[in-house]
Amino acid sequence: MLDGNAIAGTLSAVFGTDMTLVVSTCGGCGARGPLAETAVYVRAPGLVVRCRSCDSVLVVVVERDGRYCVDVRGVAELREPPLPAPD
Amino acid sequence: MNWRIGTVMDVFAETDRTASIVLTVPGWPGHRAGQHVDVRLTAEDGYQAQRSYSIASAPEDDTLVLTVERLDDGEVSSYLVGELRAADELELRGPIGGYFVWDGSLGGPLTLIGGGSGIVPLRAMLRHRIAQARTVPVRLLYSARTLADLIYHDELVAAAREPGLDIRFTLTREQPDGWDGYDRRIDRELIADAAWARADRPLVYICGPTAFVEAAADALVSLGHEPGRIRTERFGPTGR
Repeated sequence: MLDGNAIAGTLSAVFGTDMTLVVSTCGGCGARGPLAETAVYVRAPGLVVRCRSCDSVLVVVVERDGRYCVDVRGVAELREPPLPAPD
Repeated sequence: MNWRIGTVMDVFAETDRTASIVLTVPGWPGHRAGQHVDVRLTAEDGYQAQRSYSIASAPEDDTLVLTVERLDDGEVSSYLVGELRAADELELRGPIGGYFVWDGSLGGPLTLIGGGSGIVPLRAMLRHRIAQARTVPVRLLYSARTLADLIYHDELVAAAREPGLDIRFTLTREQPDGWDGYDRRIDRELIADAAWARADRPLVYICGPTAFVEAAADALVSLGHEPGRIRTERFGPTGR
């Protein structure tokens, strides 16, 4: 098991921007955190992103003939990261 | 983000299981310390395999360096560490990632905790600190099984003599005679001793195998560190 950092390249190819700081809310349990911290399985058929709290599938990415197909049913919300807090 | 072709300038062993690959990549846009690249191999029959590897060089370094650990079942890493030679070409895309990244502008103090090849992105941060952000104090804790498994050993020992850099090692399996570092797996007490305290409000970067990262992060949170100031990256085999 890896984490969302490991598929940052693929997510960037799919969404057109870096997604590791984007905060996802799990559609299963409501846990919230940056995509970088999700649990990622890369040897399933396709890439499988799971919630670290409840293990629900958040995202599945399959690549076929150079085209991506993305299932995001498990995600309740994707939100851009907050601006860094001033120290 | 497009795939690019890099040319291997040099490949050299760091340890028995790891090698550093020095690349020139035409059009490379530069990177931030902690970022990685995706490497893609294509077999003659068209089968492709892709993995993500941390960049070991600092943004200020002249060449792009990846340090790769050969995994027992690694279909990509066993090629990169063992078969790849100077003048070979390598397909890659990057730089990738905005989460496990440190710039001097983020400040410090900095706690860096690495297990095994998890030292690689932390080494890029350390080199960036030395090149660009000399006022940021750093504490680095590096865990490996044996002395021979420590990647960048000589470089890290030399860096430890610089002001503001506190670099410690723990060897979990076997220690040489006269070893004066730590000699066990990381735990709460060890981290409390080696890392910045909560009151110092450090930024923390932890990289290594999943179990190592969880143990280090849990220990820091139990010591009162803010989870929001702890960034993690998990390395390892792609199976399971």
